[in-house]
Amino acid sequence: MTLEEKKQEIIEEFSLYDEWLDKYEYLIELGKSLEAFPEEKKTEDRLIKGCQSRVWLDAEERDGMLFFTADSDAIITKGIISLLISVYSGRTREEIAGDDFGFVAEIGLKENLSPTRANGLVSMIDTIKKLAENGR
Amino acid sequence: MTITEIRSQFPILDTRVYGKPLVYLDNAATAQRPQSVISCWKELVEGANANIHRAVHHLAAQATYAYEGARDRVKTFINAPAREEIVFTSGATASINLVAASYGQRFVNQGDEIIVTVCEHHSNIVPWQLLCERKGAVLKVLDVDDAGQLNPESLRKILTSHAKLVAITHISNVLGVVNPVKQLVAVCHEAGVPVLVDGSQGVVHEKVDVQDLDCDFYAFSGHKIYAATGTGVLYGKRKWLEAMPPYMGGGEMIETVRFSGTTYAPLPMKFEAGTQNFNAVPTLVPALDFAESARESQEVQAEQKAILDYVFAQMTQDSRIVLYGTSREAKIPLFSFAVKGVHHEDLALILDKMGIAVRSGQMCAEPLMDYLGVTGLLRASFSPYNTFEEAKYFIASLQKAIEMLL
Repeated sequence: MTLEEKKQEIIEEFSLYDEWLDKYEYLIELGKSLEAFPEEKKTEDRLIKGCQSRVWLDAEERDGMLFFTADSDAIITKGIISLLISVYSGRTREEIAGDDFGFVAEIGLKENLSPTRANGLVSMIDTIKKLAENGR
Repeated sequence: MTITEIRSQFPILDTRVYGKPLVYLDNAATAQRPQSVISCWKELVEGANANIHRAVHHLAAQATYAYEGARDRVKTFINAPAREEIVFTSGATASINLVAASYGQRFVNQGDEIIVTVCEHHSNIVPWQLLCERKGAVLKVLDVDDAGQLNPESLRKILTSHAKLVAITHISNVLGVVNPVKQLVAVCHEAGVPVLVDGSQGVVHEKVDVQDLDCDFYAFSGHKIYAATGTGVLYGKRKWLEAMPPYMGGGEMIETVRFSGTTYAPLPMKFEAGTQNFNAVPTLVPALDFAESARESQEVQAEQKAILDYVFAQMTQDSRIVLYGTSREAKIPLFSFAVKGVHHEDLALILDKMGIAVRSGQMCAEPLMDYLGVTGLLRASFSPYNTFEEAKYFIASLQKAIEMLL
């Protein structure tokens, strides 16, 4: 699936739920099903600054593509980072760095999170972009 | 006054959030304003906006009457001996900083001790830390007991002849337990040490009589007791306020200014430098009127008691919930709690979508969070305009949210 197709899929998925509580339910499920993140990777340098809860993000490069893994101590945050990872994992650095991350606004994630949580979302996006641009 | 009548005085309570009725349970952070306060605020801006005290024109006189009238209202509200002992500030934080700076400058020296408690808001910790750094003084910390209350005997044990001031909260904004302030003050006075009480929560929930408490300073914010934001009060015993140097210079706080030396205005002006918040301070009058009538209303008392009994029982019976501040007889309807295996922020986010406003996080009390061994908590704090129905909706929503998350 291309990046555009994947984004479209998520936009459609979100549009299935009218109620925000249902969207949260979906994010919670995503969070719960996220692949386990090794404890020893929960280091200060993998911690994303600017989130109220703690979020760790790691990237590995294989065959010219970036693969992300992440974790959070809050489940909705974990669902959000899981959503981002599902879109951007397995893409090239150029693809990620060149993307505008506009679909996040399109599914209403930004305005439906508290300002502090929205800041966390911005930090998550910035970190993914930075990892794509500079590597670790 | 019935709860329905009270609610009708608060326009914001009709708000719907995400299509659901707003259930506002973040009253310990800021209270909502009754129409009387909103109108007073508006009338002052529209009809009596002039700088106070100096000018001789009509508007200035109106503004000055309104401002000084608020001082008289505060004096009676907390039963202060004299209006000169009421200093207006921008809030409790400013009140405490004033005392830390001015009292500290005059009375605190190297090696002296300031005592605070583990359940203080940052605003009653950091000003004292700054003072201690400036003066080379030592900050000592009094713990709370397991039920979240300060114990006079424990305080007696840590008071030494080096203590220069004890700063305690009337009611912790996290634990929601009324501290035995009168006894704590008595212990300090036996040792000759003055006491500052942070009354930010206390003045909202308890009838405060500063003469009965015999505290040396009592600080609170207007916005938590229904008045406009940016208003605050410092009550101080005259003997201390007279002996303390001014906090800030400029504006109304002077008597005569010469380059050879300046003399200061008498109390309370000595501590009210610069342009005061004269559009907002007079809202303390309708705000305190409301607070008093709510406190005296039997309907309110009954509803608050029902809410307290119900939420307390629900939270202590549910094995998934850990409630902090469990001293039952001293408890106010303010509940900080954790849910095992669930992050407080997730719960707050889901409750928000159910229309419920609660606070989550460290609540400006990081040392207390460390002491309790948590990274943050959830807090539901009730006000006289909250109903028992809202309490039931809150508990049902909380249970639903927990089930979603577990």
